[in-house]
Amino acid sequence: MAGTDPIHQFVIQDIFPIHLGGDGAADHGMNFSFTNSSLFMVLTVAAITTFVVAASAKKSLVPSRFQLAGELLYEFVANMLRSSAGKEGMKFFPFVFSLFTFVLFANLFGMIPYFFTVTSHIIVTIALAVLVMAVVIGYGFFRHGFKFLKLFVPAGVPAYVLPIVVPIEIISFLSRPISLSVRLFGNILAGHITLKVFAGFVVSLGTLGALGWLGALLPLLMTVALTALEFLVAAVQAYVFAVLTSMYLNDAVHPSH
Amino acid sequence: MVTQAFAQEAVTPTEENLDNAIDATHTAPAPGATGHDDPTAGTHATTEAHGDAGHSDVFPPFDPATFPSQLLWLALSFAALYLLMSKVALPRMGSILDDRKARIDADIAAAEASQQKTDAAIAAYEAALAEAKNNARAIATAASDASKAELDGKRKAVEADLAAKVSAAEARIATTKTAAMTHVDEIAAETAQTVVTQLVGDIPGDSVRAAVAKASKE
Amino acid sequence: MEAEAAKFIGAGIATLGMAGAALGVSNIFSNFLSGALRNPSAAPSQTGNLIFGMAMTEALGIFSFLVALILLFVA
Repeated sequence: MAGTDPIHQFVIQDIFPIHLGGDGAADHGMNFSFTNSSLFMVLTVAAITTFVVAASAKKSLVPSRFQLAGELLYEFVANMLRSSAGKEGMKFFPFVFSLFTFVLFANLFGMIPYFFTVTSHIIVTIALAVLVMAVVIGYGFFRHGFKFLKLFVPAGVPAYVLPIVVPIEIISFLSRPISLSVRLFGNILAGHITLKVFAGFVVSLGTLGALGWLGALLPLLMTVALTALEFLVAAVQAYVFAVLTSMYLNDAVHPSH
Repeated sequence: MVTQAFAQEAVTPTEENLDNAIDATHTAPAPGATGHDDPTAGTHATTEAHGDAGHSDVFPPFDPATFPSQLLWLALSFAALYLLMSKVALPRMGSILDDRKARIDADIAAAEASQQKTDAAIAAYEAALAEAKNNARAIATAASDASKAELDGKRKAVEADLAAKVSAAEARIATTKTAAMTHVDEIAAETAQTVVTQLVGDIPGDSVRAAVAKASKE
Repeated sequence: MEAEAAKFIGAGIATLGMAGAALGVSNIFSNFLSGALRNPSAAPSQTGNLIFGMAMTEALGIFSFLVALILLFVA
């Protein structure tokens, strides 16, 4: 039953097939097709750009509501980054702003029925998390050289504890991209599946006649409540992703704890 | 690419199932796309109604066949987003906020300057007021001093005059008193002589006087 | 025992991990509430930390859900 199958929403479909390598057949070589996922990535980028550019179009001294919304978004991300990574971290502001808005808009797009949720695929969130860690490690070594490795040696720890502490620090550092990506992916995936399961109950009960219609009210109310919760989760997960990115960037900027 | 509708449970041919089949044809099934030949496929995959051999039972988010496409388009779109944000959108937004901040700072500075001007004017006014008050007080003090001195002079003259009159009067009273005192002795002597004469007969006036003087001395 | 049955059992057991996340999230909110009632003026400034802690804790429950998913669909 595709109508109530909670997994169906995550299926990726080709819109404009591009197959490289192999013999050009659909099932050989690498598939770089423009899919529904790609479409929503592009839509997300377009929506963010339109929003920010339109909000800053008039450049009025006393902002309109629309401009104020854009300014609030700007200030929100700027304050978040400044409070966790300091003044020096502000050079990563476009990066963090792009990450935050991308995740936020992708999550919110996913809340619209029939829309594809980009962040519900683990490869997307892993790619974003790996990008963050690559920026952290790359900038850390570029800025501090091998002093960046001080990150793994907490200050004020006696030398005889170091053989235990340093591996723990390294493992916790390496697990960051995993937890960062799985947190976002898991939240979005779980939320969407739960939403679809409850919505599926409504459909299933609805086929049972009058009594079923009455019974369907309960999962319907649950679906409405879950939708509100998922909007909260969409925003909170984008916020958490951006805050953690800021904290990790702080490690790159100030490696000694 | 996984193009098949994903179904988890075996379904019986119903209306929805027909819809499903139509869906499956819409999405252009590619036979054997994933080539994932899971021996347990029968438990999660629909075994009928779809009719295509390559029905995938891979959970779509974990399907590696979709990874290259997603990575490529994510890289393209995120790079585009980063460039647009860092080169176009954020500088514009930042300039608006900076302009406003500069404007607010300038206004605050102007307000502070006029505040200082006001403070200076108030200080000057208060200084002038204090000076005027001092002047007025000095004039009042001088006038009251002068009148007090004049008053004192008059009073002293009057007092001296009065004192002279009092002392003259006292002197007069003293002479009158001494004169009166001498007359008192004579009267007493005459009275005593008369009384004695009436009682014992004539006695010399000198002895009476001596006796009166002796009596008045006691 | 069939491997398929073991999978389902494993997935069911994996969901038990959500109990821990439930305890964690309830702990966060109960402590926030008791703190907020003691000092209501300081509460609004800590809402961000509250949401952040909730998201971090909830994610751990999501991980167990993910393990269940992996057992069901991937393993």
